[in-house]
Amino acid sequence: MKRFAATPNGHDSASTRRSSVLVAAIAVLGVLALTSGNALSDTGNPTANGPDALLLTPALFDEAGTLDAQEPAVLCPFGVIAEDVPDDGGGAIAVTWELGDAPVSDDASVSADGSVSADGSAEGTGGSAAVSGFEILRFAPGEEPILVGEAPVTDRRFVDDTAEAGVSYQYIVRALSSVTGPDGVPAGFADSIASSAATATAQWFATSRLNALVVMIFACGAVMFYIGRARTGSELYIRRIPGLEAVDDAVGRATEMGRPVLYVPGIETVSEVGTLAALTILGHVAKKVAQHGTPLLVPTADPIVMTTAQEIVKQAYAEVGQSDRYDPTSVTYITYDQFGYTAGVDGIMVRERPEAVFLLGYFAAESLILAETGHEIGAIQISGTKETSQLPFFVAACDYTLIGEELFAASSYLSHEPVMLGSLKGQDFAKFWIVVLIVAMVAIGTVGYAITPDGSSVPARVFDAVKTWFAGG
Amino acid sequence: MGSPVVMVIGTWLAGFLTLAILSFLYKDNPFYKLAEHLYVGVSAGYWLIYVAFFDVEPMLIDTFMTETGVEKWLILIPGALGLIMLSRWFPRTAWLSRWPIAFTVGIGAGLGITANLQGYVVPQVEATLIPLSGWNLVSLSNLILIVGVVTTLLYFYFSKPHKGVLGGAARVGVVFIMISFGASFGYTLMARISLLIGRLYFLLHDLLHVLD
Repeated sequence: MKRFAATPNGHDSASTRRSSVLVAAIAVLGVLALTSGNALSDTGNPTANGPDALLLTPALFDEAGTLDAQEPAVLCPFGVIAEDVPDDGGGAIAVTWELGDAPVSDDASVSADGSVSADGSAEGTGGSAAVSGFEILRFAPGEEPILVGEAPVTDRRFVDDTAEAGVSYQYIVRALSSVTGPDGVPAGFADSIASSAATATAQWFATSRLNALVVMIFACGAVMFYIGRARTGSELYIRRIPGLEAVDDAVGRATEMGRPVLYVPGIETVSEVGTLAALTILGHVAKKVAQHGTPLLVPTADPIVMTTAQEIVKQAYAEVGQSDRYDPTSVTYITYDQFGYTAGVDGIMVRERPEAVFLLGYFAAESLILAETGHEIGAIQISGTKETSQLPFFVAACDYTLIGEELFAASSYLSHEPVMLGSLKGQDFAKFWIVVLIVAMVAIGTVGYAITPDGSSVPARVFDAVKTWFAGG
Repeated sequence: MGSPVVMVIGTWLAGFLTLAILSFLYKDNPFYKLAEHLYVGVSAGYWLIYVAFFDVEPMLIDTFMTETGVEKWLILIPGALGLIMLSRWFPRTAWLSRWPIAFTVGIGAGLGITANLQGYVVPQVEATLIPLSGWNLVSLSNLILIVGVVTTLLYFYFSKPHKGVLGGAARVGVVFIMISFGASFGYTLMARISLLIGRLYFLLHDLLHVLD
């Protein structure tokens, strides 16, 4: 077993043969440096190109400089290129390399110009047959190469995300033999020549996300336009949302029955948009509750949500002139634990027997447990979430369900405030043009590929360009 | 791992609490109340410790102690906002707590907009841009996908009454939504049944040793 130890990575070489192998390798390199002007860079690192890369495979050679017929050939990566990963915050360098397709036979030899071939005369090509994988080694000026990662034999790209921004690094790709020794480690390896230096740098703008920026500007522009129109007094129509029509009925029914209203704002934090929508609707429900003098229960799973909900309920009571009837203990914290919270809310349901239950916000696996318990106690239930995996349970167990965006539209519908109405109209405007874009581009793409299936027609190219843009390319 | 005696006690305790929670299927009872209050109390305590030692300590205290330069002082801003939240304890300064709440809500809304646009809207539009080529099953599948996306979007169009062409498209959209809900329902139900099986296996194997 022979190992090339010029680039230490933990693989021990047979010390008795290492020096002779190294001498042979240096000799071959020296000859080739003299005969091939571009084989070595001025920094001592060979430039990356295909056949030359095989020059740094001393593990394959014996003292005579020919490939050892006793050991399987380990093919050498070549064309190693290291480049800064674009559109990131710095700290990552992408390394790419190549490896030929045909294996070098065991009786190959090195020609005078450094190329290797099976017959010893033609240019040799590498191949993956004798390679089990790759190790990526990195070194900065004045440092020893260190192992920074591994790649499977099918990969030709590796991203080193441990690079320090601003430091210049070079990389060596080491091909590991597919033959293993008795100790289970590869029987040999071959190192590529070092890549040119690359430095990880941070970019201010991720160009791959330009599409998201343009869509956001378009959508936000539409929202601001319609908010402006709403403020000037323009009549903005919003269609009826059945689930919201039932809010007043549910609160009224609870009042008549003399039982409380239970409002569950989900299990997530206040930074979750579903929770924000739920808290907005809570304000409307709290006003109705305050007007009717109905008890309100708001168990929360997050301290910030509890604080926010307390502020909202307090404000709602104040707005309808019922500040003195506001009970700070109506909004309580249970626990952040998902099923601990569920157990607590279930207990409240069966003991307080609320007549109206609102399940609005972010819900996960506890959705059906809560909805089924509410159904069991005979409460009128209004639910809503954007989690598509939980909506089926709400649809099955609740009287009314706000599906996805209806939850977000609910606050606008209930408040009829210009800002919120304008916001909803702006979103509708964006949705309309997305539908138009999809229909138009599908039609253009279908016609284009019908004309020229290879995609060379103008409509097909337009279609491809738009699709690529949305893909971030 | 504790001693065998502790393990046995732990297994019996877990078995008792499992049965106590499951007794809720019959009706509310003292055993369920005991398990519920124990669960809520233990989990609240757990999260208090978790937040203290896995959020506050590493992200605030350790960061402040180890960072250098501007990062060291930037960390004081969220620290100060967290302290301001405690002003709610004092009625005269309770209004100050609205600042960190506003900060948190604003951050949530901002992140939500970009995350949803980048994570859902743009990829969905890109995935729906599919040319229909020829009369075959692939084209039919693509057509169903396109019609499903477009009609579902139209269902969530709130600016016009759902009448006429828009009403028809919205009704088709509802069909697509309900079909997806049905598939999701079945898929999730299977996952829940596997959870139930896991709990029954604990009772029958670990507790009662009925199963091998």
